[in-house]
Amino acid sequence: MVDKLSKDAVEALSGLLFDGMTIMAGGFGLCGIPENLIAAIRETGVKDLTVVSNNCGVDGFGLGILLENRQIKKMISSYVGENKLFEQLYLSGELELEFNPQGTLAERIRAGGAGIPAFFTRTGVGTLVAEGKEVREFDGELYVMERGLVADLAIVKAWKADAEGNLIYRKTARNFNPMMATAGKATVAEVEEVVAIGALDKDNIHTPGIYVDRVLKGAKFEKRIERVTTRPRETAKEQA
Amino acid sequence: MAWTRDDVAARAARELQDGFYVNLGIGIPTLVANHIPEGMHVTLQSENGMLGMGPFPYEGEEDADLINAGKQTITELDSSSYFSSADSFAMIRGGHIALSILGGMQVSEKGDLANWMVPGKMVKGMGGAMDLVAGVKRVVVVMDHCEKSGAPKLLKACSLPLTGAGVVDLLITELGVFEINRGKTPVRLVELAPGVTVDEITAKTEAAFEVAL
Repeated sequence: MVDKLSKDAVEALSGLLFDGMTIMAGGFGLCGIPENLIAAIRETGVKDLTVVSNNCGVDGFGLGILLENRQIKKMISSYVGENKLFEQLYLSGELELEFNPQGTLAERIRAGGAGIPAFFTRTGVGTLVAEGKEVREFDGELYVMERGLVADLAIVKAWKADAEGNLIYRKTARNFNPMMATAGKATVAEVEEVVAIGALDKDNIHTPGIYVDRVLKGAKFEKRIERVTTRPRETAKEQA
Repeated sequence: MAWTRDDVAARAARELQDGFYVNLGIGIPTLVANHIPEGMHVTLQSENGMLGMGPFPYEGEEDADLINAGKQTITELDSSSYFSSADSFAMIRGGHIALSILGGMQVSEKGDLANWMVPGKMVKGMGGAMDLVAGVKRVVVVMDHCEKSGAPKLLKACSLPLTGAGVVDLLITELGVFEINRGKTPVRLVELAPGVTVDEITAKTEAAFEVAL
């Protein structure tokens, strides 16, 4: 068995970064993002990145810090409305942007990791998303062809890992992480806890270790919440 | 007296049925959850990867790993399940979700919906909206009847980039309810909000519609 544990973020990324590369970064909003690896990528100064991620963090956190440092050349995302700097850079032409419907983005990554070069989906037929793409009729309905997506590097966030690279995620922090783990030529997983081999329930491993090249136990997790929303205790039944 | 936001949400909730799996969009659609009738079992899907959304947490019990598609903190139920975004959209695209209630910027008499982009002004992205309208069995749109400027939003054809073509089943505004039927039949005005007249709706609507009250 290969021990995939890295001692720190620098070691976890060593030899994997180069200018102009494509990086997939897991997470939905700020939930389930590899925050330690993103910070480490900022420190390296690697640039002209194409980043595949559902969102682009917020000003000052998550992928937002790579934007501030002008390391990102192009984003492939489904929603970027949380980030003022993003809008400025995009409107001024400093940043390229490719919008994918969220489900199409998820499926492109899943397909890429599974060796499927393209697939057809109803999503986006008759919209800007379908422009320039093949549209084909199946069983009387129109579908647009979308390409599988792979990356030079995938950085993902999981809850627990073992030294074999088996991963489990926690609650909605799973989101894009499992597919991205399969679609990176190299995949580095950042986790909150490393457990002994044998400690994970083998029937409930979300990402088998074959997809994971290196595992980093994150030095610290801020786990910021984008929109803290609560209910008052006395009207607990009202909100659902 | 046109309907309030909450009245519109309550009217949209009447589209729910016992046993439905439902996806609610951001804004007024989120309020629909407050109007699920007592005793009706509806399972709410959150497209980031969860079935069985519970209520917002009590203060101090927020979990950064547990959010809805609007990035708000939520809670789980005993019946909840979590899954990846690919699985989530397989449910959506695969027709396993019975109903989606979404906000809108424009709806056309052909059943087209625009709700994700204003060229040159708003660059946020479509998120999961295009997948939802392409895959969910029944799509209900709730929106203001007119722009703040007074311009109509129920149009002959949308001027904004589409989210989906021929996808809207029902439109609910503060003035009334319209059967759009994905543009397969003429638009029918089927309900009026209290105190609203057909004349008022006609004056505020560009699309052709039949009155079927």
